[in-house]
Amino acid sequence: MKNLFGITTALALTAAGAAADTKIGMITTLSGGGAGLGIDVRDGFMLAIAQSGRDDIEVVIEDDQRKPDIAVQLSDKMIQSEKVDIMTGIIWSNLAMAVVPSAVNQDVFYLSPNAGPSALAGAGCHENYFNVAWQNDNLHEAAGAYANGAGYSNSFILAPNYPAGKDALTGYKRFFEGELAGELYTELGQTDYAAEIAQIRASGADSVFFFLPGGMGISFLKQYSDSGVDLPVVGPAFSFDQGILQAVGAAALGVVNTSQWSKDIENATNAAFVESFQTEYGRLPSLYASQGFDTANLILSALNIANPDDADTFREALRAANFDSTRGDFMFGPNHHPVQTIYAREVVQEGEIFTNKILGTALENHADAYAGDCKM
Amino acid sequence: MSAILVIEQILNGLQFGIMLFLMAAGLTLIFGVMGLINLAHGSLYMVGAFAAASVAGATGSFLLALVAAFTVAAFAGAIVEIVVIRRLYRAAHLDQVLATFALILIFSEGTRWVFGSFPLFLDVPSYLSGPVTLPGGIEYPLYRLTLIGVGLLVALGLWWLTARTRIGIQIRAGENDREMIAALGVDISKLYTLVFALGAALAGLAGALVGAIQSVQVGMGEPVLILAFVVIVIGGIGSIKGALIGAILVGLTDTLGGIFLPEFLKLFMESGAATQTGSALASMAVYILMSVVLIWRPTGLFGARP
Amino acid sequence: MIREGYINAIVLFGFLLIPICALIIEEPYTITLATRAAVLALAAVGLNIALGIGGLVSLGHAVFFGLGGYAMGILAFHAQNYIPVELGPLTINGTKSMPIIWLTAVLVSAFAALIIGLLSLRTTGVYFIMITLAFGQMFFFFSISWSAYGGEDGLSIYVRNVFPGVNTLVPIQFFGLCFTALCVALFVQSRLRASIFGLVLNSARQTPVRAETVGLNPMRLKLLAFVISGAITGLAGALFADLNRFVSPTMFSWQLSGELIVLIIIGGVGRLAGPVIGSALFVTLEHFLGEFTDFWHIWLGLILLLIVLFARGGIIGILTGKDGPHV
Repeated sequence: MKNLFGITTALALTAAGAAADTKIGMITTLSGGGAGLGIDVRDGFMLAIAQSGRDDIEVVIEDDQRKPDIAVQLSDKMIQSEKVDIMTGIIWSNLAMAVVPSAVNQDVFYLSPNAGPSALAGAGCHENYFNVAWQNDNLHEAAGAYANGAGYSNSFILAPNYPAGKDALTGYKRFFEGELAGELYTELGQTDYAAEIAQIRASGADSVFFFLPGGMGISFLKQYSDSGVDLPVVGPAFSFDQGILQAVGAAALGVVNTSQWSKDIENATNAAFVESFQTEYGRLPSLYASQGFDTANLILSALNIANPDDADTFREALRAANFDSTRGDFMFGPNHHPVQTIYAREVVQEGEIFTNKILGTALENHADAYAGDCKM
Repeated sequence: MSAILVIEQILNGLQFGIMLFLMAAGLTLIFGVMGLINLAHGSLYMVGAFAAASVAGATGSFLLALVAAFTVAAFAGAIVEIVVIRRLYRAAHLDQVLATFALILIFSEGTRWVFGSFPLFLDVPSYLSGPVTLPGGIEYPLYRLTLIGVGLLVALGLWWLTARTRIGIQIRAGENDREMIAALGVDISKLYTLVFALGAALAGLAGALVGAIQSVQVGMGEPVLILAFVVIVIGGIGSIKGALIGAILVGLTDTLGGIFLPEFLKLFMESGAATQTGSALASMAVYILMSVVLIWRPTGLFGARP
Repeated sequence: MIREGYINAIVLFGFLLIPICALIIEEPYTITLATRAAVLALAAVGLNIALGIGGLVSLGHAVFFGLGGYAMGILAFHAQNYIPVELGPLTINGTKSMPIIWLTAVLVSAFAALIIGLLSLRTTGVYFIMITLAFGQMFFFFSISWSAYGGEDGLSIYVRNVFPGVNTLVPIQFFGLCFTALCVALFVQSRLRASIFGLVLNSARQTPVRAETVGLNPMRLKLLAFVISGAITGLAGALFADLNRFVSPTMFSWQLSGELIVLIIIGGVGRLAGPVIGSALFVTLEHFLGEFTDFWHIWLGLILLLIVLFARGGIIGILTGKDGPHV
């Protein structure tokens, strides 16, 4: 962490110096509009490294500004100059697609703390690529499964017109068994949803599924709650994470969203994580922070067994996933993507703070749809 | 598709247009009077929204928040004009583009430094929230109707200011001949600071009003900025009337295009492909509109002919 | 004060020297940075022809940069998947050969520049800035929703394309290619400026009415300048895509068009070496300020402001003590 004047604070590098045996390169988004997610991943990750007490790990952190070309350039730097053993940190699918294939082909391990594009889960899977978060479709599939369970039979679904948006609607439709009252692609970065809400009102739907990450979701929820349309809404956790819920406010209350993590998952690791994160950074952790934390702990568990130089043993250790995850049990499928339980959460208010509470399980031990295409 | 839905969508387009006008009015005023391309206008919009969110958070009053947005943005605008913009009136357009591009960087990262990376909370006040029923049985959010009202009031106010007041006369004279009115004893640099602050205040007000139903976050100004430029270019730079008409045109094209293009394409194509192609075309629609207008009338609908 | 010719020579020599030093002390990443600077400089040299010689402030040059990038991306994508490109009755095989890709990039962007130029040159001043911006936005939104080639995710090309006799995977060799392209473009620009074409354009920029009165048709010359300019920026796009082994819609974004203008102004508008100095400085700032603070955009903004306010004519303007041409 660096402040405006570049005075490096204590957390910047846990164990800089020549003594480091393992070098981890983190490329993530720390400036501009999407910086909140990258900061959460970084803070979660660095918390786990600090708690491990190991001084033989050096983490090099770089800001990709959410630009694919910068991310590629930083990845070249990590591999060519820093000679890192392990890379991690990328938030966005399009940046991951730009960086991961060439990085893993240069014998670096890549552990994704957030993005899980389908291309890297199916035919494009790689033995050095591990996804610790989810495959992109997972949370949307769980939303579809939840909608069945809730008895919805006629959904109106919408997402931005870009690949992740199309994956989202495909994921929902893969599990949702009812009819579709309407299907809409909005403009990426759109801020006004009056027209879409009017269509929802006129469509005769009994439920709404939306995937509008970040600011788009904030705008949609505020405008939706003000419109007088009172159909139930389901969405993936990306529009309901701890970082943006305060900005949505009461408009999000009662909305159901799907997530592989929640701060009230009951296990000792999670309780300790939530508490120590709050003590360290003065805010509640988000799912992104939990993913960063889990990623670091997975790496630490594998480092206890082998060094990355011993690639085969290290890979096996990663694959075994012998670490205490904030999600409870954690295991990888054959394509190195998680097989995990996805919960339905409800937005609630706790004192002044808006947060999520688990309602129930949406999908138990869920694997992704692309594992079959992966030949590893 | 029922008639009620079509009417409601037209209303939505109109409302979106008015929102754009709030942003474009200040931009076109500044350009018309001072000949300045102000890319940082979107940043002043953001400043307004952040000021409003902070004040609303501290006091709970939406009206106070609007006042704060207006004043803080005006103040920021005045400072920017005195420190930077003043030196650029005689410079080429290119230098203005670069300087105000630099201001965007400073404002955006500065705001992130002060307020952090997470979006802020700003909500519609309870007395303006919820829908009302219009004649014909259309349910429409009260706040959006209020936005239309405020936008039209601002248009009227600007018209009154430029056409009926002494300052307005000076502004119009300044547009035509800067040296002449300076020679007649008008303090031109004070006038310019005033106009720039007014334009900034309008942007700040727009940011606060729109921020209440959107997301108050760093970078919120840039997408609107581009659309606002589209608006003033279609309307003819410097013309308030042009900005209003251009804004409504853009608002209608964007809203109705997003709905009817996919429906229209479904007549020839399979439904999924039609939705995707339609949305793609819809996102390009306002830019296509703008280039068609410019090819047809190279200085916009109401711009001065060369 | 220093003569501009000396500056040009020093700048190019320095540009060549840095990566060579980096090679000797084994800092391959510095070579990558230098390559990035060279490619951005090439794109800006393209824009500088429209801007500095033709007086055409285009805020849509990302169109050509992106088209060049996608020419590379699409051809290489089809080559790596062994699927031919179907263009109606025409079937073209993908290719990994840089010369063919470059030619395609240049032709496609020149054609786009011709069409956009024909339509945009009816307008002048701010309207020209804005109409070029509008074309940029059209391409940007189209590429985002064009799912066949990845949409917003973009296209990854796993291995850099090939050039006969050069191992493009070695950073210094790829730098050599990009640097050569940059030098060729600079040579073209200097010949253009000195030619009758350049002189006429210059007069049309400074005193349009007089130029028309004496019977010149600046319109066609401006169009030609715009096409050449677009073609060079397109070539830079193809190289940029190859540098990153990746193309995405951000290559079409208006911010990129803005950045190209920034590069030119930093260095000096209309100056031969302007874009080269500008992009070298920009890439250096981007790299070192990022190390220094998370909020490096503030400092970048302040530096840009200082340059506009106190260094009219850019860095070259300071060094030579002369303002550049006014646009």
